[in-house]
Amino acid sequence: MNAWTDTSLIVALLAVLMTLGSSRIALCIRLVAVQGIALSLLPVTTSDTFNSHVWLLAVGTLLVKGILLPWFLHKTRRQADVPREVEPYIGFGASLLVGTAMLTASFWGASVLPLPHHQPPTTLALPISFFCVFSGLFLVASRRKALMQVLGYLVLENGIYIFGIVLVKDQPLLVEMGVLLDLVVGVFVMGIAIFHISREFEHIDADRLNLLNDAVGRDGAA
Amino acid sequence: MIVPLIVLPLSAGVLAFALPHAGLRRGLLILTSAGHTILVASCFAVAPEPLLSGWLGLDAPGLLFLALASLLFLAASVYGLAYLPREDQRAGHKSERVFVGCLLLFLSSMTLATTSQHMGLLWISIEATTLSSAPLIYFHRERRSLEATWKYLLICSVGIALALMGTFFLAVAVTDGKTVPLVVKDLIEAGGMMHTAWMKAAFCFLLVGYGTKMGLAPLHTWLPDAHSESPSPVSALLSGALLNCAFLGILRGLQICHGAGLEQFARELLLLFGIFSMGIAAVFLLRPVDFKRMLAYSSVEHMGILAVGVGLGAAGTSAALLHAVNHSLAKGMLFLVAGNIVAVYNTKSVDSVRGLLRRIPASGFLWVSGFLAITGCPPFGTFLSEFSILRAAADQGLGFIVAAYLVLLGLAFVGMANAFLHMAQGNSKSSLPGKERYLELLPPAVLGSGVLLLGFYIPPHLTSLLETASRALGGAP
Amino acid sequence: MNVLIGFILAPLLPGVIHRTKAIFAGRNGPPLLQPYFDLLKLLQKGAVYSRTTTWVFRSGPVVGLAAVLIAFLIAPFGGGVALLAFPGDLVLFAYLLGIMRFFTVLAALDTGSSFEGMGASREVTYSALAEPALLLGLAAVARATGNLSLSEMFGGLSCASWTAAPAPLALVCGGLFVVFLAENARIPVDDPNTHLELTMIHEVMVLDHSGPDLAFIQYAAALKLWLLGSLLVGIALPVHGAEPWINLGMALAGMVVLAGIVGVVESCMARLRLIAVPRLLLGAVTLCLVALLLAVWS
Repeated sequence: MNAWTDTSLIVALLAVLMTLGSSRIALCIRLVAVQGIALSLLPVTTSDTFNSHVWLLAVGTLLVKGILLPWFLHKTRRQADVPREVEPYIGFGASLLVGTAMLTASFWGASVLPLPHHQPPTTLALPISFFCVFSGLFLVASRRKALMQVLGYLVLENGIYIFGIVLVKDQPLLVEMGVLLDLVVGVFVMGIAIFHISREFEHIDADRLNLLNDAVGRDGAA
Repeated sequence: MIVPLIVLPLSAGVLAFALPHAGLRRGLLILTSAGHTILVASCFAVAPEPLLSGWLGLDAPGLLFLALASLLFLAASVYGLAYLPREDQRAGHKSERVFVGCLLLFLSSMTLATTSQHMGLLWISIEATTLSSAPLIYFHRERRSLEATWKYLLICSVGIALALMGTFFLAVAVTDGKTVPLVVKDLIEAGGMMHTAWMKAAFCFLLVGYGTKMGLAPLHTWLPDAHSESPSPVSALLSGALLNCAFLGILRGLQICHGAGLEQFARELLLLFGIFSMGIAAVFLLRPVDFKRMLAYSSVEHMGILAVGVGLGAAGTSAALLHAVNHSLAKGMLFLVAGNIVAVYNTKSVDSVRGLLRRIPASGFLWVSGFLAITGCPPFGTFLSEFSILRAAADQGLGFIVAAYLVLLGLAFVGMANAFLHMAQGNSKSSLPGKERYLELLPPAVLGSGVLLLGFYIPPHLTSLLETASRALGGAP
Repeated sequence: MNVLIGFILAPLLPGVIHRTKAIFAGRNGPPLLQPYFDLLKLLQKGAVYSRTTTWVFRSGPVVGLAAVLIAFLIAPFGGGVALLAFPGDLVLFAYLLGIMRFFTVLAALDTGSSFEGMGASREVTYSALAEPALLLGLAAVARATGNLSLSEMFGGLSCASWTAAPAPLALVCGGLFVVFLAENARIPVDDPNTHLELTMIHEVMVLDHSGPDLAFIQYAAALKLWLLGSLLVGIALPVHGAEPWINLGMALAGMVVLAGIVGVVESCMARLRLIAVPRLLLGAVTLCLVALLLAVWS
């Protein structure tokens, strides 16, 4: 099972790297879907017992991260009419370089943090989970289109998911399902917000959302 | 007892989405909030049993924050009875159904947050509070509120995701062959065998994650926008109740650190964030342009004070908990009065509002007393709690903290005094007397008298609750 | 022996590529041995030198060919050991290829024509990105096999290494394939068949050479194709069976298949826009870096 775990983790890693360097939003949504599908294999490949808990979690993750959320994000993209990401604050080539730096830092950091007690099924999980968290934060901070920020949030959640599944033994099903549910509702609410933003502002550039600041007082409703 | 507390607002919220008639919805809102408050009051008398093998339980800190949330919700609902018809008249939009429904769901998720003893469940409930309060901020369907909603949603979700990482780190820190459930009590008991590096990392992530939701600088950037653009009763709830729930998340982390012997590390971090928050808030409070934004920055400041108080430990913890009570009451009152001001003057700019005491005297009076309350003037309760925190710092010989605390509070006072008094005095441009509805004055008046009362006399129930809570958090009463 | 085989068979690779492209296009295409005929023809012709050029122009092709020939002595083929093997020879290998490129560029700049200068700047930009990919990829293989000499590295690889650590090797194959395309001026980096100078990168640098010089350049390009191809085949098909001639045969087959794959890629894709090529190369660098990190981690 170790080889399958490693393979799915590396597929997820490559998908995140490609997302960092890509400007086409539809491609990025598909890459996040690929990530979700790869990660849904993890509960199955890392568990010793194959009870219903494991299968439920795997199927749930596959449905949510691999199918439902990408479909909803594609719908939002079409409704908001967003073809491409504009050149972000840190350009795509530079983003890729930053991604490789973050990857190196994650591997280094994971080698420094000792895993306390039990032997995890694979040692790749810790650095890749850190890398996904860093990349997610980077995407949220550096991308201009709100939809790309949501994708960054999903990548962040994927990183935490990897950590939770591989390194934390015996997490109760309720917690995992609750996290998944929160993710679904969260992305749905964000998607609806993006649709409203595109309708109201006629763009979804988060950096052009700058009406609120501390310089000018305004009139308004209560 | 706990289950009805959570289920009542949850089912009422779902029902509110289905009800077509606005009057029915508002009636449901009032009834639910009254019922909720009665149930919470009964918890004071009879402590409820923990459920689900310890996952749900109402301990002292949880009961304190739950009571505050319930009380503020009741005040906001009563205020809403006057607010919602006025908004309906003015804008005529049909999103009130979503508003009332999400408001009740918000109460339910806050109840779940204060009663969960399992760190995973706590995370789920705090994320649920974010998701249920986002539509509330967007009630006015304007560009600015949309922008505020987006920032709130994104920043808080990212922050809370980091808190989830911290929760997982906790799970890794505590495994030792046999699995320890992530229930706070069990984690404290297992403190001895916790892996130090992972525990420290876990607390850092929990602090950053829940600190984003609480409004600690430098993670507070969403707070001024969200709290100022949302409708006033929602602002009151966000500042007075939700920030406390996020604080509870950090406090749970502190409890676990205490069990693991790492409380000094945790306290130092809290002190750092606290003083930094107070500093940032003081800078932005020096020249406020928008009075609701000013109130929001004041919330950042007071969250900083709470962090400093808990970071001091010993007597500072109980003082911080008392301050949480005072701040919630005073901030709730101020936001509700701000709603009155905006309704009459139709602006949120400090410069444009003048002559409150002449045009809407009752609200003006409440505004000025609210100012005195929030800046810590005697005889209001906030003076007592802020002074106790100061004394705790002085007792520990932390001269720098004492000096910074005083200076920053003073700066905030000066800035806010400028704004508040400017607004209250003088002559209003329009000579029409503003209409002041009884329902819009009653809730802030009640909250304000609460803060005033706490300055003179703290009821014994509250004292014992504070003592128990602070002991649970590792401080002396 | 391997070296001789390489010398003789290297011009066959471009022939295979052209034939594959022709088949894809529905034509019959030139005969497989056409590059040999071209070389013979060029060697018999006289060279024409521009009055603005100096000895640099004349020495460019010669130095380039010499560098590639020395590189041949280092690179292993078919699981055998190279003639000159020592620890760290992979760096020498990369830099011999670099010398070849450097002198080609110098010769191009020596002509004083703006077209050559444009081609030179593009070529140098791309190789600045392709070289880290090459070195990182070779470093990953070195880490995976624990040796620092090309011969030992490739000798150390076997089918067992693929089952033990498939991820780094697969990623290195991917990255090195992109480097292979970039260094040999193939689509999607450069179009070898274009006749518009503005779209040329490598071709334009050798535009002014003629006669034997051009023969040297074309032969050296074929040798470079063979060299980098042998690296790629060595990683992708690390067959080290008992008989040396089986290994040789497998390696030769692999080279022909690789040339066929390049032909297919060239037929199916168009050349990337000039500003998109650095992104492709950065992707190759990233792939090789990930391979190195994975090899170091395990």
